[in-house]
Amino acid sequence: MSRLGTLGARLYRGEVGYDFVGKRKIWYGVSILITIIAIAGVVVRGLNMGIEFSGGAVFTTPKAGVSTTDIRQTAEKAADGHTVVVQELGRGGLRIQISELGTKEALPVQEALSKKLDVSTNKIDTQLVGPSWGEQIASKAWQGLAIFMVLVVVYLAIAFEWRMALAALIALIHDITITVGIYALVGFEVTPGTVIGLLTILGYSLYDTVVVFDGLKEATKDLTKQNRFTYSEVANRSLNSTLVRSINTTVVALLPVGALLFIGGGLLGAGMLNDISLSLFVGLAAGAYSSIFIATPLVADLKERDPRMKALAKRVRAKRAASAKAEAGGDRSAEEGDSGPDTDLEDAGAAPAGVVGQRRQPASRGRGRGRPSGKRR
Amino acid sequence: MAAPKKGRRSPGSQGRPGRALAVILIAIVALTGGMFLSGHTKPRLGIDLAGGTSFTLEAKNQPGRPNAINTANMNTAVGIIERRVNGLGVSEAEVQTQGEKHIIVNIPKGTNAKQARQQVGTTAQLYFRPVITTTPAAGKTPEPTPDPTATGKPGDKGDKGADKGDKGADKDKPSATPSTSAGTQGRAVPNALKADKAPTPSPSKTPKGGQTKQPSDPDSQKQLAKDFAALDCTTKKGRAAAAEKAANAKPSDSILACGQKGDAKYVLGASQVEGTDVDDASAVFESQNASGWIVQLGFNSKGAKKFANVTGELAAKQDPQNRFAITLDGEVVSAPSVDRAIAGGSATISGGFTQQSAEDLANVLSFGALPLTFDIADETTVSAALGGEQLHAGLIAGAIGMALVVLYLVIYYRGLALVAMASLGVSAALTYTIMVLLGPGIGFALNLPAVCGAIVAIGITADSFIVYFERIRDEIREGRSLRPAVERGWPRARRTILVSDFVSFLAAAVLYVVTVGKVQGFAFTLGLTTLLDVAVVFLFTKPLMTILARRPFFGNGHPWSGLDPQRLGATPPLRRRRSAAPADTKEA
Repeated sequence: MSRLGTLGARLYRGEVGYDFVGKRKIWYGVSILITIIAIAGVVVRGLNMGIEFSGGAVFTTPKAGVSTTDIRQTAEKAADGHTVVVQELGRGGLRIQISELGTKEALPVQEALSKKLDVSTNKIDTQLVGPSWGEQIASKAWQGLAIFMVLVVVYLAIAFEWRMALAALIALIHDITITVGIYALVGFEVTPGTVIGLLTILGYSLYDTVVVFDGLKEATKDLTKQNRFTYSEVANRSLNSTLVRSINTTVVALLPVGALLFIGGGLLGAGMLNDISLSLFVGLAAGAYSSIFIATPLVADLKERDPRMKALAKRVRAKRAASAKAEAGGDRSAEEGDSGPDTDLEDAGAAPAGVVGQRRQPASRGRGRGRPSGKRR
Repeated sequence: MAAPKKGRRSPGSQGRPGRALAVILIAIVALTGGMFLSGHTKPRLGIDLAGGTSFTLEAKNQPGRPNAINTANMNTAVGIIERRVNGLGVSEAEVQTQGEKHIIVNIPKGTNAKQARQQVGTTAQLYFRPVITTTPAAGKTPEPTPDPTATGKPGDKGDKGADKGDKGADKDKPSATPSTSAGTQGRAVPNALKADKAPTPSPSKTPKGGQTKQPSDPDSQKQLAKDFAALDCTTKKGRAAAAEKAANAKPSDSILACGQKGDAKYVLGASQVEGTDVDDASAVFESQNASGWIVQLGFNSKGAKKFANVTGELAAKQDPQNRFAITLDGEVVSAPSVDRAIAGGSATISGGFTQQSAEDLANVLSFGALPLTFDIADETTVSAALGGEQLHAGLIAGAIGMALVVLYLVIYYRGLALVAMASLGVSAALTYTIMVLLGPGIGFALNLPAVCGAIVAIGITADSFIVYFERIRDEIREGRSLRPAVERGWPRARRTILVSDFVSFLAAAVLYVVTVGKVQGFAFTLGLTTLLDVAVVFLFTKPLMTILARRPFFGNGHPWSGLDPQRLGATPPLRRRRSAAPADTKEA
């Protein structure tokens, strides 16, 4: 931990760091690629919709000494030609799924199964779904998604600014697309549990993004009052200094979900627990990635288009050029002997990092204000 | 909570940490006390955890009757379904509307799911059928004898003229027809008494047949007579069988039916008026002529015409064939007699109702009038074994998740993890007690998605501690000692926590309002835990940190406290120059 703690400190001070903003094009590219693959997956392979959406029946039987093939035959006979999928569950029971089975047609199947397995019908867990119910859940979910997006964009626009709201929205759509795409590509079954998980990603992915943006907002508060760093640079620094926090929150969020996934999948076999945690797990991971690699660089990109930030970037560039020149000149003049250093040189001396040209700064400049690191309190 | 305010140190949060701790302690004690007082120490479990059957019914408009799905109609439907389900002898069945057009029916374990499905899934079918034969001869429907005064507006074709005198009154209020009522009432009462005295059915009368409209060939008549003799209305099973058969018969067929209490049986003719012809029905207390509770019926124009015709026909006949039976789902709810044609589109049924029975009948009539049919959209039967297993798995997952989070926090934050653990513990205690109390309070039932929500919430709650801890560590890295770091870090951490929790809560709230079914349970838990998270961080974690910062173990940055300045790589104050973080190290 001491290593980690030190790393945290170095990240915090900006001694080490990864240039998320500078290398954003790479990550945009990665994300666009993933998104395209995801969309292609959905279009080409389609989603494997569970019986909740297509309508049908799922029977879960207690442990029984009947083979899956036997059961399948029994069920197929009773279900009159519908496709039957039989799955063995971890605890020895069987899960028999028949899609597109009407609620009325399901009864004889249940009876046939109970006869075959020699257990009472009450012991067989049954879920019968008409196709409209799943549609209802899904359409309500989309509706909720839309309302939530509008509200959250409005809120973030007020709490932060519209650029951050926009970036957060793009990151959110990105997360959801990736999650849905993975479902399409891997062929996981989509159930109401999946929808629940997906909807939770909304809140959670944004939670991460908001934590990052909050730091960003703080770091860039008095940005225009200095001319040493551009918005992108400060954004990147802020991102790096909160990196430990982002990683920790993500890990801590993923741990319980991972436990759910492990228990849900390992002990119970298929089921609601498994469905929720799987989509959550995928979505959370995507959310953590996007809030760091996508959301903040996007904000930086948008911000750099702002005239004030453009002006700032110009000032910074001019200053750096001047300082480079001055440094070169300073070296020469040092060799030549003291040749009446100007104010620029004095400043350069005070700030060996090569920050010069403070004359161009607005009158309100102050030493404390000039450092981005000073903004973090 | 609009835009996050710039953090300012709140007075009191620093000075009196004990007070906040006391508040939350009192809250826990009060909630726990309330929990034990209410006698519920475990949350109410949903069907998927406790076992049982859950139906989701979806309302559908009948053709030609749009906009029928509204709150009033749905509530009536809930009332009817509740009555039906509880008729199965289920005491804890839960029937409630969900969203705009769904009704959820939860039936606890131990009920026959098949039977329940029949009760729940069939559409109520209400018919007005002429009585051909009935037993006992007096043929009252059993219960507080809704005996029969069907009155109508004056000017009816077949009016016997008894109501000549109150034409004026009738114009305003067709149902309030004292003289008519009085006339029939006189006859009704003795009949009712007779019925009560001789409740035993004597399966003797054979149907006379042919008197009503329905076509009848001798064979089927004979068959009907035989069946009628065999019909057993005295047992619940027999009644159920009869009702099922009757409910499945075509409206145009003659049917055999039992009275709801089983002390009368009927041969009924073809349906003359259907439930959908009824516009509305209500129970009214009639004080004018002391007839007590009556049921007022209003027909639509088609129904009014049909009703006038059929009552005109019936009125000319002898008892019991001057009766019409109101059948609901194949059972005779009421069988009033008619002594004249009733036109004008409204009628009253009077005689011996209690408030309850009048309201029940009105409900039945209006339900029959509802232009709604219900489809079973989802049916889930969970055996108690699977339910228990799922609950068990959920709890194990929760425990493992909690343990992993704690382990991670201990490894990373060391001593600070104690604070996090205590906070998580407080949060868990609050969540548990509130969930228990919400069971009897608002009917909250813990289902599997809600358990998932609670487990996911562990992460969200722990996240807020991390935000705060990282903030404190950043302050220490700036070179502050712990006490100022705890206070300076708080306003900004607080803002971050509020903003992100608000987003989380927004998601939960939108989901709760918009979605249906299981998603709602999940959203509820998530919203609840998010609110609790804010409460715990503000009232527990922060004050606790303030207090702990005074302890030497934390205050001096013991290596195991997780706040050791050296390990955190703190820079002593003032040593840092503004150039300490030059652009060239981070901009690659």
